[in-house]
Amino acid sequence: MSIALSLANLVAVALFIYGLHQLNSPPTARAGNRLAMVGMAIALVSSLIQTQGIGWWAILVGVILGGAIGIVAALRVKMTAMPQMVALYNGAGGGAAALISTLEFFVLASGNGENAVVSVSLVLSAIIGCLSFAGSIIAFLKLQELMTGRPITYPGQQVVNAAILLAILGLAGWFIATLGTMPVLAFLGLLLCSLLLGVLFVLPIGGADMPVVISLLNSFTGLAVAVTGFEINSTLLIICGALVGASGTLLTVMMGKAMNRPLTNVLFGAFGSGGGSEPAAGSGGPQQIRSASADDVAIMLAYASKVIFVPGYGMAVAQAQHSVKALGDQLEKRGVKVLYAIHPVAGRMPGHMNVLLAESNVPYELLLDMEDANPEFPTTDVALVIGANDVTNPAARNVKSSPIYGMPILDVDKAANVIVLKRSMRSGFAGIDNPLYEMPNTSMLFGDAKASVDALTAAVKAL
Amino acid sequence: MNDIAHLIQLLTVLLLAVFVGFEVISKVPTTLHTPLMSATNAIHGIVFIGAIVVVGALFAGPTSPLLAVISVAALTLGAINVFGGFAVTERMLQMFKKKEGPRS
Repeated sequence: MSIALSLANLVAVALFIYGLHQLNSPPTARAGNRLAMVGMAIALVSSLIQTQGIGWWAILVGVILGGAIGIVAALRVKMTAMPQMVALYNGAGGGAAALISTLEFFVLASGNGENAVVSVSLVLSAIIGCLSFAGSIIAFLKLQELMTGRPITYPGQQVVNAAILLAILGLAGWFIATLGTMPVLAFLGLLLCSLLLGVLFVLPIGGADMPVVISLLNSFTGLAVAVTGFEINSTLLIICGALVGASGTLLTVMMGKAMNRPLTNVLFGAFGSGGGSEPAAGSGGPQQIRSASADDVAIMLAYASKVIFVPGYGMAVAQAQHSVKALGDQLEKRGVKVLYAIHPVAGRMPGHMNVLLAESNVPYELLLDMEDANPEFPTTDVALVIGANDVTNPAARNVKSSPIYGMPILDVDKAANVIVLKRSMRSGFAGIDNPLYEMPNTSMLFGDAKASVDALTAAVKAL
Repeated sequence: MNDIAHLIQLLTVLLLAVFVGFEVISKVPTTLHTPLMSATNAIHGIVFIGAIVVVGALFAGPTSPLLAVISVAALTLGAINVFGGFAVTERMLQMFKKKEGPRS
């Protein structure tokens, strides 16, 4: 029996790894996800057989309830809302890990304690699971705009967090020293402190830094699951947790690199809170900024030979991805070469823009990442910036005092003409002026991104 | 001593899995990073199986209503994670299309 279970788990692990491997290219990615599903089904069935029907009703309730919530949400969510959806599922995983530890704690507390390995992994999985759960919920609330996406800071923030962390470490030490037989109230205190820390550490992180936070929370949950594996002696959980932890860590590092900011700066820097003090006005409005009409821009686009679209979070907010695709089609019909340049941290999670454009049927071959896009700009007639700001800001290249100095950007300013679709002259998320808007080859097209793109499409059609 | 040997075995597995993870994930192109995140999300839904194992062991003995509630909550969260994660990944990956040859 046990051998069959181990073999089933081995097969499941192989399928997970091979499935992830197949995510290395879009044509095979779907098969990869299916393989991972098969792996999960095998692991699920074999573990169900192993329980011999004990606790079947609880499992049934969980599957029906959780399965229904998960699947219905997955089928209904809008692609623009994908970051918060991923945050929620991530939080669910972290929460489950923490609850498993809580169950194990009650089992331990009623006995004479367990060995050190179980105690250490139990307490770690409880702490990290709670962090991930609470952090993901806050990330969700911010992304869903149920609370402000701006960084929330208050005096002494770091001190409060440090104090809570110390309390957590102290309680964890107590837990380990007593091999898991500490009073129930103390354990609850540990859980509460961990939840609180999860809330407090995401609060000061602003919307534009969400790609980093989502990746980091992803790796936290992976870690929590791996540690849970040690707790219940399951190599299956250890391997899966490690795979996810590695993936989340890798993405976190990539996102940090794409912003040229160390992780500590993202987590503790409360980016943008300083610059936010000058509201609305930003660069003070009408310097040498040229605004263009949709008709002017349409002519420019229609007679260009190469156009690059540069989407940003503004495209997601305006739900403009289908309009963008329609404009691209219209231009292609006239023989214009249309490409898309995507900055790694455009949007609110890694690959956010790619998914939106995939939704609107833009072939993925046309989506260029930064390294491939930048050499294209000097030979581009028009760069159309759709709701992106900081990732196109040339100040990152040469203004040493700029908060984003050193961040790799898309070189849209090297294109012959730059058109920026923007709601208003408000400065971007970070409250930083964007000298791009004042360059002689730049024109602004003000208005809602979707409305502007639709107007452009109509104008191009009419030509 | 046996315990330690077992722990080292588990740590070996962890280490190898981490390396495999880095190796496999680093080959995923940026365009698939969102599906990658949601797929790995679904994979850490394996925690659902952890919940099944723990609940199975727990319910073999006497339980309290409190533990039953926590069990159901853990199982529900785990199930949301697994089923939702795979479903949303599947939905996203359906959308990634190659350039169509002749007009659609």
